[in-house]
Amino acid sequence: MLPACTDPATLEGLPWLLCYLTTGKHLSLYWAVGTVLLLLAITAPAAMAFGFGGAVAARSGVLPLRWLGKGYIAIVRGVPDIAFFLFFVIALDQGIEYLRHRIKCPDWDQPVRQGSDFLVCDVAKMPLGNAPQWVHETYGFALAVLTFAIVFGAFAANVLYGAMRAVPRAQVETAEAYGMTRGQTFRRIVVPQMWTYALPGLGNLWMILIKATPLLFLLGVEDIVYWARELGAAKTSRFTDYPHPDWRVWYFLALLVFYLVFTRLSEIVLARLSARASHGQATAAGERLRRAGANAGPH
Amino acid sequence: MRAIAIAVVLALGGNAALAQDTIRMGTEGAYPPYNFLNDAGEVDGFERELGDELCVRAELTCEWVTNDWDSIIPNLTSGNFDTIIAGMSITDERDEVIDFTQNYIPPAASAYVGMSEDADIENGVVAAQAGTIQAAHVAESGAMLLEYATFDETVAAVRSGEADAVFADRDALVPTVEESAGELAFVGDEVQLGDGIGMGLRESDTELRETFDAAIETMKADGSLNDLIVKWFGEDADIYE
Repeated sequence: MLPACTDPATLEGLPWLLCYLTTGKHLSLYWAVGTVLLLLAITAPAAMAFGFGGAVAARSGVLPLRWLGKGYIAIVRGVPDIAFFLFFVIALDQGIEYLRHRIKCPDWDQPVRQGSDFLVCDVAKMPLGNAPQWVHETYGFALAVLTFAIVFGAFAANVLYGAMRAVPRAQVETAEAYGMTRGQTFRRIVVPQMWTYALPGLGNLWMILIKATPLLFLLGVEDIVYWARELGAAKTSRFTDYPHPDWRVWYFLALLVFYLVFTRLSEIVLARLSARASHGQATAAGERLRRAGANAGPH
Repeated sequence: MRAIAIAVVLALGGNAALAQDTIRMGTEGAYPPYNFLNDAGEVDGFERELGDELCVRAELTCEWVTNDWDSIIPNLTSGNFDTIIAGMSITDERDEVIDFTQNYIPPAASAYVGMSEDADIENGVVAAQAGTIQAAHVAESGAMLLEYATFDETVAAVRSGEADAVFADRDALVPTVEESAGELAFVGDEVQLGDGIGMGLRESDTELRETFDAAIETMKADGSLNDLIVKWFGEDADIYE
């Protein structure tokens, strides 16, 4: 808090607003924006990894692997996101604790489920009961990232699977004619060329991922939606130095602007990436780029 | 693959510290004056002060955690925190799922608040926080129940005209009515619900429940609990004899 903010009741106008916007509670809101950005920064590559793995598995010549890849895509794509989020995080959390319980407390003779309680021995708790709060929060965040990555990975897998199949057959045949192995063809020909087909789909996924971040709230991570609701609610002077009426509409408006600016910036970046991936491709976009380059004449 | 294997090993085998002496206190942080987040974003209110004092008396290290009201009981039973101290009334229905300490606030009145004193609370629309004894009471009365996730939203619904009245703990409504500059008013008679407010614990945590029970007993005996109730709820609040 700024030093000038010691007695907010005497302030008015801009100074009041500045003090109000720098309370510890508001700093939590700004942290939450960082949390959302961090989630995106970790989840996007993680989901791509899951997607790539899923797509490769679904294309595999080995039958069990192919089942695994196709099963993953079909199951996650077919379940509502929210149901998956609520189920998976609890199941994962309790699964990890159960495994730790079996390993660390082999002498435990009581059942893990007692009525509505889920009970594991103290050393099996994840995180440990006496761990500081930030460990609990980081653990919750990590579970959220993993869940997001699995859900969006399934969609990415489907996009990449389609993109790999869209690479012209002639390209692959030529590679084979040059004597490349299956692996070489995949690495040198299919993967570099698939991006032009994959980008529109992946771009869509990215936009949906940005918009899905408020789901964090469902997972108990205190995200920007939580803080917007908490800060916006009407406050009486008895419990705060900054009483105000119901301001939720302004807070949610700010959220709206934040997401809109963010998605707009993403669109611009995606358009550039798309132009780059189309370069030299035997597609309509690639052809347009070639003509534009030819008309510009020799440099 | 190796990275995943290492992560699994860490998750399953890491830090084998023993001694669980930190008690995680679960609260909602959105029900002043019982519990709320102050300007610094920390848990504050009657229950914060009470909980800290109980932990001192019971010689426990306590840590505060906020959780949505909706999922506060499931998160207790699955072990995400160890106690619920969130203005939760002791009811038979909840007692089947979790255990309660003795009450630390005597059975208190619930009340209706509307935009005027003649708001229709018998056949009109009444807002209440979902999963509270007040919501259950409205559902059984003739009024149409409108449920919201937080207390703030129930009051906002009355102000915006979506509901004719809000039904909640009287002690939570008093500051709201007083600060509304005559806009809001109590409607009808007060209603006695529940067996007072107590701390919720897992049914299997008998030892911890007895510890807190004893600490509450000492605070009742030396009058410090009454002082705390008067401090946060005013001179008119019900106290222990």
